Amino acid sequence: MSDKGLQRPATEPSVAPPARGGPKTSARRRADAGIPAALSRAQLLELYYFMRLTRSLEERLTNLYRQGKVIGGLFRSLGQEADSVGSAYALDRTAGDMLSPLIRNLGSLLVMGARPVDVLRQYMAKATGPTRGRELNVHFGDLEAGFIGQISHLGDMVPVMAGVTLTFRMRGERRVGLVYVGDGAMSTGAFHEGMNLAAVRRLPLVVIAENNGYAYSTTLERQTAVAELAVKSKAYGVPAERLDGNDVLAVYEATRRAVDRAREGEGVTLLELVTFRRKGHAEHDDQHYVPREELARWEKRDPIARFAQRLTENGWSDGDALASADARVAAELDAAVAEAEGEPLPEAATALAGVYADPPRQPAPWYREVPRA
Amino acid sequence: MPELTYLEALREGLREEMQRDERVFILGEDVGRYGGAFKVTDGFAAEFGDARVIDTPISEAAIVGAAAGAAHLGMRPVAEMQFIDFISCAYDMLTNYVATARYRANLACPIVVRGPCGGYVRGGPFHSQNPEAAFLHTPGLKIVCPATARDAKGLIKAAIRDDDPVLYFEHKYLYRRIKEQLPEDGDLLTPIGRARVAREGTDLSIVTYSAMVWKALEAAQALEKEDGLDVEVLDLRTLLPMDDDAILATVRKTNRVMIVHEDTRTGGVAGEIAARINESAFEWLDAPVLRVTAADTPLPYAPTLEDAVLPQVADIVTVARRLAAY
Repeated sequence: MSDKGLQRPATEPSVAPPARGGPKTSARRRADAGIPAALSRAQLLELYYFMRLTRSLEERLTNLYRQGKVIGGLFRSLGQEADSVGSAYALDRTAGDMLSPLIRNLGSLLVMGARPVDVLRQYMAKATGPTRGRELNVHFGDLEAGFIGQISHLGDMVPVMAGVTLTFRMRGERRVGLVYVGDGAMSTGAFHEGMNLAAVRRLPLVVIAENNGYAYSTTLERQTAVAELAVKSKAYGVPAERLDGNDVLAVYEATRRAVDRAREGEGVTLLELVTFRRKGHAEHDDQHYVPREELARWEKRDPIARFAQRLTENGWSDGDALASADARVAAELDAAVAEAEGEPLPEAATALAGVYADPPRQPAPWYREVPRA
Repeated sequence: MPELTYLEALREGLREEMQRDERVFILGEDVGRYGGAFKVTDGFAAEFGDARVIDTPISEAAIVGAAAGAAHLGMRPVAEMQFIDFISCAYDMLTNYVATARYRANLACPIVVRGPCGGYVRGGPFHSQNPEAAFLHTPGLKIVCPATARDAKGLIKAAIRDDDPVLYFEHKYLYRRIKEQLPEDGDLLTPIGRARVAREGTDLSIVTYSAMVWKALEAAQALEKEDGLDVEVLDLRTLLPMDDDAILATVRKTNRVMIVHEDTRTGGVAGEIAARINESAFEWLDAPVLRVTAADTPLPYAPTLEDAVLPQVADIVTVARRLAAY
């Protein structure tokens, strides 16, 4: 993947940030001068916390996977935490904004309020999980919290989120939707149809195109004839930005601009976040098809390490604060794993319930009479 | 009581539900200003406004997907497929996303996807299809196929009020060919999942649905006149969930059953019905369950060819005689 043309937002802080604020600015405000997008120090630390939580939760899942406790596949977002966390963080949860993730957007779900214990339950197929053992991994949602679970068919969530944002519009609500696609999902018909519908109706939707270089084993060059996904926006008549997906503040700022545009009735924005998938498609995949030097190059751009360095170098945070965030993550995950690990799988008798509201239960074949739940 | 065509009854049902419930809205191709290719939503844009009668791009997957997204948030969308043949473009969205939503994610998805199906109109291979068998195999969907004006109205209203996704296949041959006096009743509902005995009889049963109900009734008349046979006709009205009780009741009553549908033969709905009868009422049968269906071809355009492929009244009469004589 080429980094040429990778635009960074004009507001990215330089080494010596310009002084901000006037006479009315508080002392605290002055101290935060130079932090992009008017984020507070507490918010910066929160961004760090969510990225760390994402990575550490996936590391816990990897351990559970190796122990055979994760029943299905395990999908990592190693190296992509900034794009998920930074973009989801730009939504206004109190305003009722909603998103729909893809498989490498665990960070987005956590930002929206998904609980690590529920993610663990999903992977371990527990009865207590949000889908009660019916669906896998991060395929779950919570309408109240503001996220709708994806299905495996890439691109399908774009039309669905077009419908969600169409509803916001019909009801006169100032809410915004956000949906993730990747370099692979953008090749689907559903992406095209949903994008076109959202664009032509100027729906309040932000479309995040995660360009992580690979769709399973297929490189970007074999996926699409364009070098930059952002140019596809031209076909839909919507604006786009292409930026460093491993810079959480850049991701936050660009998404925030897109969210604001959407809320103001200015329609869809496409954001291409350039990042890299540092693990295989799923845990079983050793990604032998990825050149080692490419992996090494992206390891040096690790979004969490970069952000931590920036926080301390700019004096926005310090080692103690970061260490305490790490400790909080570890303690929360210890508790979540302890809680989820011993929980039961769903009762077989629940398998036939809830296909429809009415009838509430599907008949079992006569030779397999399942006891009533 | 005013006399309404099948199409007018459908339109009235849609309009009443939009008047009754502001969550109901329509989306599809040319449904707004133009009023729909068959004018089912004629006048709706003027009455309800562009925001509730939405003209979309030619994007069946997006139409169904957007309907699903809206339904999750509590809306009651009715998506029109301009011809039901194009529902295949939304097959993924319907079978993978919509049909599974409640089961996998506890997400309500109360959408209606409706559109004109069926042949006998010289529409050729892509404006004549009957896609019900493709969806009968998908748990989570409901499928209704009205044969009468009353059920055209009663089923669209019931479908809109249903908490699950409903595919509503309206037969375009019937649109303006049948009329019925209907009570001016805002709550004229046809329960989903219930068949109707369209004609009482004791000698043999024809299980059918949609436009074939009329062909079956015509055949029944001929059989009565020419053979003295007393034929029962069961109009299924809903295919999913199927009214097993009604099917088994007619099997037990006449002990001779044939199934008639306009869709092609292999893998068609008739096979499923025959299997259910075989498993549940074999001992009640005095003859094998027989089928009258379209031949297994795409539907050709030329009248001579279309007539050769689609089931005709004479076919039903022939098979009924064989069944009665078995």
